[in-house]
Amino acid sequence: MVENDRYSLNKQLAQMLKGGVIMDVTSPEQARIAEDAGACAVMALERIPADIRAAGGVSRMSDPKMIKSIQEAVSIPVMAKVRIGHFVEAQILEAIEIDYIDESEVLSPADDIYHIDKTKFKVPFVCGARDLGEALRRINEGASMIRTKGEPGTGDIIQAVRHMRKMNAEIRRIQSISEDELFEAAKVLEVPYDLLKNVHENGRLPVVNFAAGGIATPADAALMMQLGAEGVFVGSGIFKSGNPAKRANAIVRAVTNYQDPILLAELSEDLGEAMVGINENEIALLMEERGK
Amino acid sequence: MTKIGVLALQGAFIEHCQILRRLAVDCVELRKPADISQDLDGLILPGGESTVMGKLLNNLGMLIPIRKMISEGLPVFGTCAGMILLAQRLSEDSIPRPGTMDITVRRNAYGRQIGSFNSVATFAGKRVPMTFIRAPYIEEAGSEVQILSVVDGHIVAAKQGNQLVTAFHPELTDDLTVHQYFLDMIS
Repeated sequence: MVENDRYSLNKQLAQMLKGGVIMDVTSPEQARIAEDAGACAVMALERIPADIRAAGGVSRMSDPKMIKSIQEAVSIPVMAKVRIGHFVEAQILEAIEIDYIDESEVLSPADDIYHIDKTKFKVPFVCGARDLGEALRRINEGASMIRTKGEPGTGDIIQAVRHMRKMNAEIRRIQSISEDELFEAAKVLEVPYDLLKNVHENGRLPVVNFAAGGIATPADAALMMQLGAEGVFVGSGIFKSGNPAKRANAIVRAVTNYQDPILLAELSEDLGEAMVGINENEIALLMEERGK
Repeated sequence: MTKIGVLALQGAFIEHCQILRRLAVDCVELRKPADISQDLDGLILPGGESTVMGKLLNNLGMLIPIRKMISEGLPVFGTCAGMILLAQRLSEDSIPRPGTMDITVRRNAYGRQIGSFNSVATFAGKRVPMTFIRAPYIEEAGSEVQILSVVDGHIVAAKQGNQLVTAFHPELTDDLTVHQYFLDMIS
């Protein structure tokens, strides 16, 4: 009998999601719209980030019943969010056989020091990161997929761009330094030496890296792909827009043919109203600051 | 030099290209109809989400040309989602697809991610490592289909003329056996 290496299998599921769009949905109906539009997975949650932002208060893991109704509605992988550090919410999602857990800064953090020890779980975790240090710390804790944090629920792409550029610039720098400088770099970045050495040798994160936070248009999605994302999460951008099915479909196609401006021009036509959005200097709550 | 087109709409297509390069084979990514050239020696349909790939094949106008090339004898290899796309019949779903191989396939046959697993089993007489990720299996195979692997009583690899399918992902392991088998079908 071959031993199942859960961590490898979980990293490999993320590999299968590459080149795809993961969409936030709040009901079985939205989940079916997302699947029909070509989502490679859905994120089941009670309120999309823009509404969480508007409602204020403490936001928590969604009702398992609601998540199960979405698992029954679609055949693609279903993800759901837990609060940073809330390992019991994660145990609950594992019990209902969720395909991926997002330990997410979008919800109110449950722990201001410790993230979940993700090595204790069989199901995979994706975590947000703003830079290489955050990414490698989450991977060391057992995350099998990384996404940029961006600034969720804003429809403003600036933070996602900043985080992706910073991550890639740091990876290029780590690649170029000499081997004996890695020890000091690991100390400064506050990350394990072995993971940093892996980045030095391979010139990339050891897991799949998606873009998330503020993606609202096909052009936003293609921008993140050209900046090196391996796929995108779209949260509020779809179901806060005028024509969700059409926009979802256009974003899926934009991620596949992200280097084809002629096609991107066609896809960007007649999408109806985009989510209104708020600029980063207009918002009171910076979710990206949660969990470092 | 042998030239193989790898469908690159979504999923783990880069992993196939990496294996092909190790076998000194040229790899072309197929993202739109214009990428489908007539001088391809073979075609790979990779792992990923079959619903996404089926939809994009249809929307981008690639479904009919690809189905035609397979029907005319172009060697094709489908892994996981690729196997679903080649199946004439699906147990529970309807997905736009080439549907050229005489098999019935069940999607997500092992359940959700928690049911994903590794195995080592026989493929065409050789022991190979097999990685199953939210994998399908073949429920029924037509009389002209040659069964190449059975794991836990389910058919997970098969061949029919120019078409090869695996429910597992040889592109995620270091073992080159299955890709070499496909290259032998071409030459």
